[in-house]
Amino acid sequence: MTKVTIEVNGKKVSKDVPDHTILSVFLRDNLNLTGTHVGCDTSQCGACVVHVDGKSIKSCSTLAADINGSKVTTIEGLVKDGKMHPMQEAFKKMHGLQCGFCTPGMVMSAIDLLQNKKNPNDTEIREWLEGNICRCTGYQNIVAAVKEAASKM
Amino acid sequence: MKTFNYHTPKDIKEASKLASTSSAFLAGGMTSIPSMKLGLATYKDIIDIKHIKKLSGIKVSGKTVTIGATTKHAEVANSKDVKKAIPSLAKLAGGIGDAQVRNRGTVGGSIANNDPSACYPSACMALNAIIHTNNRKIEAAKFFKGMFETALKKGEIIEAVVFNIPDKSNYQKHPNPASRYAIVGVYLAKYKKEVNVAITGAKPVVYVDKDLSKALSNSFSVSAIDGIKLDSSEMNSDIHASGDFRASLVVTYAKKAVEAC
Ligand SMILES: Cc1cc2nc3c(=O)[nH]c(=O)nc-3n(C[C@H](O)[C@H](O)[C@H](O)COP(=O)(O)OP(=O)(O)OC[C@H]3O[C@@H](n4cnc5c(N)ncnc54)[C@H](O)[C@@H]3O)c2cc1C
Ligand code: FES
Ligand code: FES
Repeated sequence: MTKVTIEVNGKKVSKDVPDHTILSVFLRDNLNLTGTHVGCDTSQCGACVVHVDGKSIKSCSTLAADINGSKVTTIEGLVKDGKMHPMQEAFKKMHGLQCGFCTPGMVMSAIDLLQNKKNPNDTEIREWLEGNICRCTGYQNIVAAVKEAASKM
Repeated sequence: MKTFNYHTPKDIKEASKLASTSSAFLAGGMTSIPSMKLGLATYKDIIDIKHIKKLSGIKVSGKTVTIGATTKHAEVANSKDVKKAIPSLAKLAGGIGDAQVRNRGTVGGSIANNDPSACYPSACMALNAIIHTNNRKIEAAKFFKGMFETALKKGEIIEAVVFNIPDKSNYQKHPNPASRYAIVGVYLAKYKKEVNVAITGAKPVVYVDKDLSKALSNSFSVSAIDGIKLDSSEMNSDIHASGDFRASLVVTYAKKAVEAC
């Protein structure tokens, strides 16, 4: 067992978990934060993307013990004072989702893109979202949503 | 995934001591964690080497670029020093997988794994890299032994990779559209007295193509390799590309690399 102490969405949490506990499992099963989705479970699809110390990573391929002491932000942590994050607003406005399965990962990944590049063009958006797979939308509206968010952030 | 004990050694000595026949080092985990989940590998002990400070970082001196084993792909891709000294190396790192893979995956993990379609092994071969471990220094040409096989011994830890700065260089890859691994990747490096054309993705293990390297050493131009036909009998053949197609891709991308130099 390992004691994992991390800050999740601004709150400190501390739990004893088996050493092989994966971060996505820790978030979903131990903390009940089921907004982080698990698609492929083997680092291909990006549904599980969260931020660790501000950077986007795939939580299905990271051990909870490995990020001990870090700050984690999940899709649940984006809402401030009951208001959605501009990226969430943009996905809603531009119809950047259909079933919504890929959306938490898309949103977390896209926010990291805008941290690295303020006004990305279509190609840069598509390249950055390389690791996020969506089987519904055809990506057009996702790209439009990211551009919309970039103009607001 | 099967259970294991997770260790966070503070230094290389401690990490090496913990190693056994049923242990693995953990760097970015981008290969090791999915393979454990898929049951392709099981270990009793997972030794996380990311907390060993000495293993991470980038140093550029007059003739070489030294990259610590646990340095992440994103750090290499964004490094001003690497971009200046060996721009093609930064470009290679920036083209690996996707942003999240680059935020975790490391150069040490990539070359220790020695996937036949990984990008970094081609850079090591073309740039005459020396792989520094806790025991010795290994030339790239002697490091990559076979498919997923390296010269590393049990418990041996890669500390850093030292690349020789070329006069000119370029990396071109034909990526798998899903993973971005190289269906074929061509790393070309030009030095005063030699040109190295290292190929990944085409054969079970990375190699330097003698014909292309020789032709370009004699005359560094696209026309020097135009029309060269490579033997495809030892090339990988799978659902992505036949051996013949790979042989043709190697020459096509080698030409692109010369043009881009
Ligand atoms: C979706 C996806 C796409 C990818 N696309 C590409 C691509 O386009 N091109 C490419 O080249 N790669 C690609 N990769 C691989 C990626 O680049 C990682 O570098 C690679 O998975 C291994 O690095 P890691 O740091 O994650 O190693 P880990 O998974 O942590 O370790 C891998 C192996 O190396 C050993 N090891 C790690 N560090 C050391 C060390 N310092 N000394 C000795 N042994 C060590 C470990 O014990 C383990 O056996 C991709 C991976 C994924 C998941
Ligand atoms: S669930 Fe993590 S990448 Fe697919
Ligand atoms: S909206 Fe259904 S997978 Fe993207």
